[in-house]
Amino acid sequence: MGVFILRRLGVMLLTAVCLTYIVFFLTNLYPNLEKVAKFEGNMRMTDEQVTTWLGTNGYLRPNVIKYGEWLGVVPGFKRTTEDGEVKGRCIGQGIDPADAPTFCGILQGYWGDSSVFKEPVSETIAKRLALTGKLMLTVLLVMVPSALIVGILAGMKEGSRTDRSLSTFSILSTATPEYVSGVIFIAVFASSAVGLKWFKGSATSAMDDATFANFTLPVLTIALYGMGYIARMTRASMAEVMTAQYIRTARLKGVKFTTIVFKHALRNALIAPFTVIMLQVPWLLNGVVIVETLFNYKGFGWVLVQAASNNDIELLLGVSVVSVVVVLLTQLISDIGYVYLNPRIRIS
Amino acid sequence: MEPLSASGIFIQILIQLLPVWIAMIATFWLSIAYKRRLGLYGKLFDSMIGMIGFCIVIFWVYAGFFGSLDLILTHDPLTQLSGMKNKVPGTPVPDNSVPYPHYLLGGDNLARDVFSRVIAGAWVVIRIAPLATLFAFMVGITLGLPAGYFGGRLDTILSFIANLILAFPVILLFYLLVTPEIVLTGLPQYMAAVLFFFPLIFLFVLVNSRFHTQPAARNIMVTLIALVGGWLYLSLISQSGGNSAISILPAAIDGFDIPGGLLVVFVSVVFVNSPTVFRIVRGLTLDIKSRDYVAAAQTRGEGPWYIMLWEILPNVRGPLIVDFCLRIGYVTILLGTLGFFGLGLPPESPDWGSTINEGRKLLSVYLHPALPPALALLSLVLGLNLLADGLREESLRD
Repeated sequence: MGVFILRRLGVMLLTAVCLTYIVFFLTNLYPNLEKVAKFEGNMRMTDEQVTTWLGTNGYLRPNVIKYGEWLGVVPGFKRTTEDGEVKGRCIGQGIDPADAPTFCGILQGYWGDSSVFKEPVSETIAKRLALTGKLMLTVLLVMVPSALIVGILAGMKEGSRTDRSLSTFSILSTATPEYVSGVIFIAVFASSAVGLKWFKGSATSAMDDATFANFTLPVLTIALYGMGYIARMTRASMAEVMTAQYIRTARLKGVKFTTIVFKHALRNALIAPFTVIMLQVPWLLNGVVIVETLFNYKGFGWVLVQAASNNDIELLLGVSVVSVVVVLLTQLISDIGYVYLNPRIRIS
Repeated sequence: MEPLSASGIFIQILIQLLPVWIAMIATFWLSIAYKRRLGLYGKLFDSMIGMIGFCIVIFWVYAGFFGSLDLILTHDPLTQLSGMKNKVPGTPVPDNSVPYPHYLLGGDNLARDVFSRVIAGAWVVIRIAPLATLFAFMVGITLGLPAGYFGGRLDTILSFIANLILAFPVILLFYLLVTPEIVLTGLPQYMAAVLFFFPLIFLFVLVNSRFHTQPAARNIMVTLIALVGGWLYLSLISQSGGNSAISILPAAIDGFDIPGGLLVVFVSVVFVNSPTVFRIVRGLTLDIKSRDYVAAAQTRGEGPWYIMLWEILPNVRGPLIVDFCLRIGYVTILLGTLGFFGLGLPPESPDWGSTINEGRKLLSVYLHPALPPALALLSLVLGLNLLADGLREESLRD
């Protein structure tokens, strides 16, 4: 088990390095750098001025060196301005250049500064991630139990009317992407023209103070899309367990149906959905981006959109590190959990 | 002109969609009449769920197709008529020179006809989604079969790359790839050059592994593939414009040019989907390669590519066809996501994602611009899911 986890962690690290390098490469393509120059410097710069600006700020050096700087394995970029002042990546505001560290990258805990939000990337991400964490947690609390209940009820008696209607519901929910269900929910529940006016169509106020009125729609929108898939998996696994020999034996012995479901079937039926639930977390990340844009909830997904549309290189790198770690960690947890839950694998 | 009532709108839409109904009835009549001779497609008509799904999907296919032939559209999807901004469904058009007297589903924020835009949006999806899925399958199959069959280091490397792409949040990837700046660098064209090469390899190996014992027939077929496929491939990747990254073909024989915005959408959708197909094909191959008929083929000395493409691939077609339907639905969702974030397609494009994105800004006041495309997208994806379910049921039966 220890070797397995260590090897997985090694692969994770390699994946994270490759992915951040790809992000780095794409954001450092020349037309993107031009955008950075015009954003940071002056909108009306000529092509030569852009090149000079990029050159003096160290953007035109080879990608590998710049990437090494960001990682913290290559000494940080330094330059001397015309007034003889030394400026550089590692030299913060009000720090004497002589005292500044040579290396500054994520290995040293320095994530760079965001050009859009004008603050350290680590601060932005921590703040926004907390907001999204709140959203995700609520979504999981709503989505997982209801998906499992739907799946178990449907799979308990395969082919029954409950099964048919619940399965239709699951298919419908997997076919409704967040931007469709969100629009329909707002139209039905929040629109001031027609509709029920139960909830609010914007979740901006939920960032400080989440109430039933402003938080329900975003949570419901994300939960619905993920729910169908988990419910279908649970149903399939439950239906399979219910046809097993030991369930038939229990029924022939005259055990009550509810006891069979709760004591005999449930545990075995929940092994497969567990992996699916964990693998759904990265999917939720996509949903989060859409829903945060739709409901104007300024969390992690919203930051991703802001960083990407303004080519904020360091913020984008930070965002991708976080999302890659989330994706890979959930994969790892799902693998370990599968081994732990399934006695056949655990003992061998 | 009087505004139309709700039932009036409904009836007018039914009449406007007349070509679609005729085509659907013809399709169903022919298919049910000959269903015993049509294999898996015919069996679809034995399952209620499959039939409902097929019905919805074929509706949008015909609606998109006839829409592109200008049989259904009531107005031009891009033209703005003054005085029709955000008007409710059924409002008459003040100007008498236009071909149709009403805006059946109302006007949007820029005074364009919502009904025509939804139908025109169907054509965008119907044109891109199945083709992109097909390319993703070609890439996934060409790489997944050898990865599963040979295993070893090849499998390790390919699986690592596939997992690498899968670990990327899709939206981040889209935001990085589908921008005008990236189109300027020519990166989409290079990616297209790599990704679209796989279908050529696939067809070439497919024919060669089967007919290499009959060199005369093989040579004819291979030459044909090289000529037709090669021309299509080169026309696809090379653009005759001045600042194009790849322009191998001279403009005279360059068959068609795809606008950079559309190409990058196409390429990134294929790119995002092929790793999943790769994983599915690899898993299926691992399962099938220990079967007796594979061992029999190995014993009689067949080459590995023959075994992969003519022994293993036909036997995994069931799950692949089911996944193909599901994946078209997923690609439709992805295209909608791209439109929703305003990436790739031009801003006035009538595709459903862009229309939803425009409509959502005024959603609390006007519902009619955003709801029809949302429901259209929902119904198409639902239809594809039901179709996949029906196919799964029927293919498991035998």
